[in-house]
Amino acid sequence: MAEAVEVSDLVKVYGELRAVDGIDVRVATGTVFAFLGPNGAGKTTTVEILEGLRRATSGTVRVLGLDPWRDGERLHRRIGVIPQDFRFFEKITAREAIEYYRELFGSRVDAGELLARVELLDKADARFDTLSGGQKQKLGLALALTNEPEVCFLDEPTTGLDPHARRAIWSVVRSLRAEGRTVFLTTHYLEEAELLADRVAVINRGRIIAAGTPREIIDAHGRPTRLKVRADASLAPLLKERLGLDARAANGQVEVDLRDHKDALRVLEAIEGSGLPWDALATETDTLEDVFVRLVGRMDEGTLSSEAPS
Amino acid sequence: MNGRRILADFRVVYRSYTRNPIALFFSLVFPVILVGMFGVIFSATSSTTLTVYAVNDDHGSATSRAFLSALNNTSVVKISLAPVSSGDLAAWLGAHDHPVGLVIPRGFAANYSNGTTTNLTVYIDPQDEASSGAVLGAVQGVVDRFNLLAVCSPPASCAPVVGIRTANVGSPVFRYIDYLIPGLVGFSILTSPMFSLVDISSNYRKEGIFRELSLTPLSRAEWLTARVVWYVLLTFVSAGIMIGLGIYAFGAHVTLSAGLLPFLVVGPFFFVSLGMLCGSVAPTPESAAVIGNIVTFPMMFLSGTFFPVASFPPALRAVADVLPLYYVIDGMNQVMLFANMARAATDLLILVIASVIVFLLAVRTFRWRDE
Repeated sequence: MAEAVEVSDLVKVYGELRAVDGIDVRVATGTVFAFLGPNGAGKTTTVEILEGLRRATSGTVRVLGLDPWRDGERLHRRIGVIPQDFRFFEKITAREAIEYYRELFGSRVDAGELLARVELLDKADARFDTLSGGQKQKLGLALALTNEPEVCFLDEPTTGLDPHARRAIWSVVRSLRAEGRTVFLTTHYLEEAELLADRVAVINRGRIIAAGTPREIIDAHGRPTRLKVRADASLAPLLKERLGLDARAANGQVEVDLRDHKDALRVLEAIEGSGLPWDALATETDTLEDVFVRLVGRMDEGTLSSEAPS
Repeated sequence: MNGRRILADFRVVYRSYTRNPIALFFSLVFPVILVGMFGVIFSATSSTTLTVYAVNDDHGSATSRAFLSALNNTSVVKISLAPVSSGDLAAWLGAHDHPVGLVIPRGFAANYSNGTTTNLTVYIDPQDEASSGAVLGAVQGVVDRFNLLAVCSPPASCAPVVGIRTANVGSPVFRYIDYLIPGLVGFSILTSPMFSLVDISSNYRKEGIFRELSLTPLSRAEWLTARVVWYVLLTFVSAGIMIGLGIYAFGAHVTLSAGLLPFLVVGPFFFVSLGMLCGSVAPTPESAAVIGNIVTFPMMFLSGTFFPVASFPPALRAVADVLPLYYVIDGMNQVMLFANMARAATDLLILVIASVIVFLLAVRTFRWRDE
């Protein structure tokens, strides 16, 4: 599959600060790529370099085979961008905004259809300054799609939105993928990345600290699946002794790490065989968010530097 | 440059502007208020005592001094001696915008004593009927008294020994309202685009709207051109309203000709570009406002907007010479008042050159985004 975005050894320096510190990113055409990181990690700087809005200090960047800085004008006709906290002309209605962009790009999209797609048709004739935050972001998304882009850069498109608006934007992202368009999604909502993305990269302090599918990242960096029961603390050493599994007691619960699903049956048999009272059985698996918090925390502590994957 | 994109952007400007009551007020209503306010103020003051500039060629005679004194004692006129000879008075009056003057010829006292008729020359401005009528009436009243007192025998057989002949001043004389109309049109040409573009250029950058536009095919020159077109059209509308109000409500004497049109185009072109330049060099919206005010306010008051530059002291006239708005207003004055098309063409040439330079500088300085 061809690469829509290719980044090699990208560096961006502001004075003493290395905002982006030698990252490599590849995004396959027709996929959703989520770029995760805490605030100040270098996400927006990277995205703005990909959009041709900032110049890289060093490294190679190609989007749709073009150098974004040198070929910005050609590239901008083929990409769509929705920035954080989208702003527009206050007195212009949503429909007029679409028509304006349509004229600028020489596009033939139907304003009504585009507004319907982002669930904003009922606000087609409302001026920008009367729209809510979520409606403004939806309009930003609609404008980003006016030129029927091959690659869409969505920079934290759902930040601060209510669940309904967030789901509407997720729905559009899924439909873009179904149409074969590439989506480069910057977010700090892990749930969003897990739900939408084919591949994920986690950036912190300008460096990529994990990359792959959400499952691969969880498998590589997450903890094992755990079985939890509410029981007496004496159950923990008993399980450890009988089954050789890592078991701990805390807060009235006993937690056992499982290597595979067969371990779960063995643990249950052992609990039942112990004669100790127990209830509230549950299994727990790390989410991308758990992995993210651990990875970022470990990098901040300096324990991840030697094992960060590229 | 792409016409379709300029038109699309023009529609956005037009809609944004016409949906903004404050912008409309300052573009269309405020100039009307200014014309109305100044028109009312200066129409009212035109009925006060008129200064008559006199030349007394009958040097120091008691009779001529008595005549001028009698004229001064009327409540209509105030006599002031002109610093020129009688031969130069007409031209001097025209050059200094004085509508009325008086010459007492040599031998006035001697002729009065021996009963020989002497004609006084009263200079008037035919376009300023009110001033001319008032002065002629006052002079005639004093002449009649002098004729009655003339020594002759028998009195009824005496021919008038003092007469009046009228002459026109050297060039048409204009009233304040005549100067005010081009001045206020110039004021509007300056303020609307300057304040708006300074504000837009700094705030759009801060809010990221320029960043949005940088991701479209719209170029900076196209964006600026759409605004120039809008402000040219707005200037035509506001100038039409102000000129119409000045003529029909306050009786302004201005000539409307095609020579006015280039100033209504180049003026907004210049100030849109200058506003953009000021906003672009400022690091923040707050500093942009300061820079805009520093540039705008001297022009507002020293370019002949409210008072003719000819009435300024020499130092201020020198300042006016370097202010772009002076060339807009002076050019319009030359077209609308003096029919001096050669000087208007010079003003226009200066403006065109300055506009092109400032437009190019604005396009070069203006950045869609910080990097």
